Amino acid sequence: MAIYALKRLLWLIPVLLFISIVTFGLMHAVEGGPWDEDRSVPAAVTENLNRKYGLDKPVWRQYINFVTNAVQGDLGVSYQRQDKPVTDIILSGFRVTAVLGLMALLLATAAGVSLGVMSALNRNRLPDYAGVLFASLGSALPAFVLGIFLIYLFGVKLQLLPTFGWDVRRGLIPGWLPPIEQMVLPVITLAALPAAYLARVTRASLLDVLRQDYIRTAHAKGLSRTAVLTRHSLRNAAIPVLTVIGPITAGLVTGSFIIEQLFSVPGTGRLFVQSVTARDYGLIMGTTLFYATVIVVANLAVDLAYAFIDPRIRYR
Amino acid sequence: MSRMARRDGGLGVRGQKDGSLTLTGSLPPAHGLWRLAWRRLLRNRLAVTGLGVIAVFGLVALLAPLIAPHDPSAQNLRETFEPLSLNHLAGTDNLGRDWFSRLLYGARLSIAVGLFAQLIVLGIGVPVGLAAGHFGKGIDTFLMRTTDLVYAFPDLLLIILLRSVLGGSIFTLFLIIGIVSWVDIARLVRGQVLGLKGQEFIEAARSLGASDRDIMARHLFPNLLGPLIVVVAFGVPRAIFIEASLSFIGVGANPGVPSWGSMVQEAYAAIFSSPHLVIFPSAAIALLMLAFTFAGDGLRDALDPRTEVTARPRRDIEEPTSPALPVPHETDTELPRAA
Repeated sequence: MAIYALKRLLWLIPVLLFISIVTFGLMHAVEGGPWDEDRSVPAAVTENLNRKYGLDKPVWRQYINFVTNAVQGDLGVSYQRQDKPVTDIILSGFRVTAVLGLMALLLATAAGVSLGVMSALNRNRLPDYAGVLFASLGSALPAFVLGIFLIYLFGVKLQLLPTFGWDVRRGLIPGWLPPIEQMVLPVITLAALPAAYLARVTRASLLDVLRQDYIRTAHAKGLSRTAVLTRHSLRNAAIPVLTVIGPITAGLVTGSFIIEQLFSVPGTGRLFVQSVTARDYGLIMGTTLFYATVIVVANLAVDLAYAFIDPRIRYR
Repeated sequence: MSRMARRDGGLGVRGQKDGSLTLTGSLPPAHGLWRLAWRRLLRNRLAVTGLGVIAVFGLVALLAPLIAPHDPSAQNLRETFEPLSLNHLAGTDNLGRDWFSRLLYGARLSIAVGLFAQLIVLGIGVPVGLAAGHFGKGIDTFLMRTTDLVYAFPDLLLIILLRSVLGGSIFTLFLIIGIVSWVDIARLVRGQVLGLKGQEFIEAARSLGASDRDIMARHLFPNLLGPLIVVVAFGVPRAIFIEASLSFIGVGANPGVPSWGSMVQEAYAAIFSSPHLVIFPSAAIALLMLAFTFAGDGLRDALDPRTEVTARPRRDIEEPTSPALPVPHETDTELPRAA
């Protein structure tokens, strides 16, 4: 187990190297540099800027410099944001993205699992159809379409909720959580897809368990319905559900580009889109590598967690 | 031999007096399993509805130039933000462009992105998966490590990067979405091939002297058709979804190209005064995606009757499941084999 985990962590090295080379190459293949503005800058100024940031060196030299610094935890500075270190920018953006993702995860799990259980226990009756309909709708609607419908309904028609913003200064927990009314729409929008997916998995898994012999045995020995449900059915049905929660978490924490854009949430996703359009080399590299690390580590954590949840899984 | 052939109605070999061999019996009805799958599909009302909606959108996409009442890009600054009328069925936007015509042309872009991106996905994923599964050993390790690397690259990040390098023409969009999405197919194909490889019909083909190419193209590939159809049925809407989302955040199709995603984004500024401009393209995306989901579910159930919605996700170490994409379950021997 420990050896397996170590092997997977070592795999991170070639992955990050590959990703950094590809990103670096792509970035420098784009025409134009970080100093292109609407007003043209004198050539001498551009030259001096290039020299200051080492952009006058050959690309391979720049790459080596970047890697040497990155290994020491220094991802360089942002060209667009007054030389703020990239690491600081990413971490402050990630705090927003991670909070948004975790709130969505909580909502998705609560809603998805209860819908799935409701569907499975009322198989082929009205609640089941409602649950399946929700699951289909949720997995078919792109997030921004759902977001727009919600904005139209609650922001435009009913004028109940704000349609943008994530102001952590005057929030529930200053610095971490924004006011509740700002969280409602983005969190629901982000949670819809995973909730629908969890509902499907929960329903299928519970139906599968309910067919098993040991459930019949439990009923036959006279256990009450609730006892069979909580002690036998749900516990076994939880394994597949737990296994998909892992990838969902990674997806939520790294995949909220569109929602951040739609609701003007100042997270890492929006940061990345902005840095690409602004050719902010340092920030692009930093964000890409950061996300890749998060994804690889999250997948590893999930795989290791399975071994604890399901003793039938063995890793070599 | 001949008695056995008669008993099960299949093929047999009979020795002739001159020492040569002839085939006896008749082949079982060709494509019986396909016909069964088709029947199962037709019984699924949601799937048929989905297929119908897709067909309508496809027709609209094909005939857009014929049915569009206006030029989708023609601006008319004297008729901005027109309400719905007979002349402008869906009103006009801030530049006076006819929203209904743009919607029709948007279908064109969406369907094209969905189909052509899948062609690229299949073009890369199937050969890679076939080669990895069939040759095994070094080639397998190399190809699978490569897919692992691509897999670790955050999808949307790579798409946005590639988009800023290659530009936003329609063809680069196909290419970008294809480049990012082929990994899942390669893994699926490899898994299927590994399952098929040990079976007798492959061994038989090999002992008859079939070349690697023949085995892959004529014996392995036809057995992959069922699972591939299902993957494509889910891949097309995924590509449409990616294009719409990219266009929505402003890094998709070039400005001016009628795309549902960019229409939503362009009209979003006016959501308080003219909400219908936002609602129509959003609804179009939603409808098409729903149709594909129902059709895809129906195809999966029809082609692989053993699975029920989403069965227990099976995990093994090499293949992490992705949460957003419902990967169909492995089918192996139940699909028709090459003769």
